[in-house]
Amino acid sequence: MTSAIQAHGLAKRFGETAALTSVDLDVEAGTVLGLLGPNGAGKTTVVRILATLLRPDAGQAFVHGHDVVRSPDRVREVIGLTGQFAAVDDSLTGVENLLFLGRLLGRSRADSRGTALNLLGRFGLSDAADRPAKTYSGGMRRRLDLAACLVGEPQVIFLDEPTTGLDPNARDQLWEIIRGEVRRGVTVLLTTQYLEEADRLADDIVVIDHGSVVAQGTPQTLKREVGRPTLQVRPLDGAELARVAALVTEVIGEHTIDGRLVKARVRDTAALSTVVRRLDEAGIEVAELSIREPSLDEVFKQLTVTGAPV
Amino acid sequence: MTAIAEPAARSARRRGPAAAVRQSATVAWRQLVQIKHSPETLVEVGIQPVIFVFLFAYVLAGQMAGSRHAYLQFVVPGLIVQSTVLVTARTAIGMNTDVAKGLFDRFRSLPISRTAPLIGRILADYVMLVWSVVLLLACGMLLSFRIETSWNRLIPMFLLLLVFSFALSWASVLAGLLAKDPENVQALAFGLMLPLTFISDAFVRVETMPGWLQAVVKVNPVSMLADSIRGLLVGGPVAEPVTRTLIASAVLFVVFAPLALRAYHRER
Repeated sequence: MTSAIQAHGLAKRFGETAALTSVDLDVEAGTVLGLLGPNGAGKTTVVRILATLLRPDAGQAFVHGHDVVRSPDRVREVIGLTGQFAAVDDSLTGVENLLFLGRLLGRSRADSRGTALNLLGRFGLSDAADRPAKTYSGGMRRRLDLAACLVGEPQVIFLDEPTTGLDPNARDQLWEIIRGEVRRGVTVLLTTQYLEEADRLADDIVVIDHGSVVAQGTPQTLKREVGRPTLQVRPLDGAELARVAALVTEVIGEHTIDGRLVKARVRDTAALSTVVRRLDEAGIEVAELSIREPSLDEVFKQLTVTGAPV
Repeated sequence: MTAIAEPAARSARRRGPAAAVRQSATVAWRQLVQIKHSPETLVEVGIQPVIFVFLFAYVLAGQMAGSRHAYLQFVVPGLIVQSTVLVTARTAIGMNTDVAKGLFDRFRSLPISRTAPLIGRILADYVMLVWSVVLLLACGMLLSFRIETSWNRLIPMFLLLLVFSFALSWASVLAGLLAKDPENVQALAFGLMLPLTFISDAFVRVETMPGWLQAVVKVNPVSMLADSIRGLLVGGPVAEPVTRTLIASAVLFVVFAPLALRAYHRER
């Protein structure tokens, strides 16, 4: 595996507050890492350290093998950054915004213009190319901002809450663009408060809260391992509830009663067949017997409320 | 782990003094394109000196010097300095707006010279300064101000304004980077700039002030620059005030440029 981003034990304090206590990351080249966490979890601090805007107090980070503290210029050669607020110049047109960055990065006027028009076309902004950015909608501004971060043809891009404040339509468009960049081989680290976003875009998710990693894995493993599936049994006869509960506890080791349902969070879905067999042996008829996968939302709440893996 | 090699040619184009100059020019170009899109900026910048010339010529001239012409000969160079100081204050506001919008974060994440975004803005604001001074001189002449030396003395005057405003801009850049929001900068900049221009001999002869204040006025760089411009355009000593202005500019630069650069690199 080729790592595009690696971080070990990143820590950062701002005065009295510890923004990060210890964060480790490893992002494989060409993949998307979703850095998930509530407001104030430290997501932006991680991005700013990786993008060379902030020095960590402790720990090390490498982007394409370059140390972000020792050789920030080498890191800047390969990264693109879009912050939480679209960093476009409102009074300039779309094409001028991109032309400006192309020229700043040392390209010829013709080359810069070509790149600008190409990016605007790819991001559905051709029609608005010659309008000042202040006339753009929120979604268009975000797309222009993303285009701006791609002018230098970065191999790693950092997207800090790229879709915050966008309507679902604009958000879907932006997601599609991000997927397109990944198909071109770009590595993406995106921060988000939205599980759906992480679930839809990310190959791997790192959940952080209070400045440290509380869980990581693919969306599937997080759902499976951290939030365990729930077995639900509803006996046909409500009077059998207590017997069912006792039986479930015997097999799985726990139960909760919710109305006419007996619920238990299972470690192993094989428990399901054991429960079925035992219910059958006991002669209890059931109206419903199911396994429900947890939603990523439940996982996220569990992780960030308790602050520790369940 | 494999590091993907960056073409060496591209890296070279982004570093070194030549690249820094080109990048500064690009940042300045951005500012000028902004003016193209909102020409009202030119009115905003121009209106203040115009109002001041008329105000001083009609409201204050009689009290100050008896005749309008006599007072304009004295005060127009002072107003040029005031314009310089006010245009410099704009640098702070623009700088702060760019910081607030996240544009500086983007600049800092790019493989470009660290000073180019600052120098580019200072250069662009010099264009604004030239515009406001030209407007001011035109209005002054309309109201009977005359260049008594020679028109070609405007060249050293503009060069001196460039040196002085470049030096003072770093103080402005510092204010722009440190202040919380543009309103805050405005209050800070004007809170400092107004006493700086009024506790000088820009508008009033220093002999009319109490002795202790005269001491302050004489070390105020605004007085030095006003005296230089008087010497250049109206007549009188030139070498001495110009030398003093250049020394003051050097001091401003040496003090504020490192502080501004530190604030720029400082973590936000």
